Amino acid sequence: MGLALVLALIVAPEDADQGISQRIFYIHVPIALTAYFCFGLGALKALLLLWRGDERYDLESYVAIHQGTIFGALTLITGAIWAKASWGVWWTWSSNQLVLFLVLFLFYCAYFMLRFSLEDGPRRARSSAVYALFGVALIPVSFLAIRLAEDFIHPTVFTREGPQMSGSMFATFVVSWGAVTLLAYLLYRVELAGKRLDADLRELREALQ
Amino acid sequence: MSWSQEELVAAAYAVVFVFVLVYVAIIAAKLARLQREAAELVELTRAKGRDDS
Repeated sequence: MGLALVLALIVAPEDADQGISQRIFYIHVPIALTAYFCFGLGALKALLLLWRGDERYDLESYVAIHQGTIFGALTLITGAIWAKASWGVWWTWSSNQLVLFLVLFLFYCAYFMLRFSLEDGPRRARSSAVYALFGVALIPVSFLAIRLAEDFIHPTVFTREGPQMSGSMFATFVVSWGAVTLLAYLLYRVELAGKRLDADLRELREALQ
Repeated sequence: MSWSQEELVAAAYAVVFVFVLVYVAIIAAKLARLQREAAELVELTRAKGRDDS
């Protein structure tokens, strides 16, 4: 993370078009990609739960979606700050990319409402898994909206011709992406270990009393 | 209120830093609670062992 910060804030050259505000790109885009990845991982674990019936996938799916929601909130906040710097507004409803990401984020926020409105058990695990799987359909739509959009307000950096940036900018982006992915993975493992330990202790307490 | 470009870049990175810091603090508090619970259970198990013998 330290290396990524040094590269993003000091080493990477300033963008000729956007100036210093382009440096938000190195944190905003890796966080957005990580949010998509976490939602996708949550859906994959949900599919495994429905397919194999192993209840450990329920907790893994829940933690992945929780991580995705945290990174999704950060995507919206850093995106709003970048929008203010580049377009002069915090938010614009005319950009399909922004609106679709907000829909994806709110969809997964509702996942928690569904999950905590049901009694703990196999029914809750299955209902949550089905909901998580429905949400995964929104990921490619949200991801591709930037290319399908007609407003062109949101910049397209990665095209079929490759990344539209210099080599050092791309290297900075790759390091930042790696750092954010590693951070997400560590947070996922720690949260999952905590939840499992919590469940084990609860079971042990019930057995002892 | 008008924001300079530098302030907005700093704000974007600061928001991420604060989010991660809060998340780590929540996880640390939870681990401390689990540690206390585990210690209580160890005590409960020892007391049960004494009662049984």
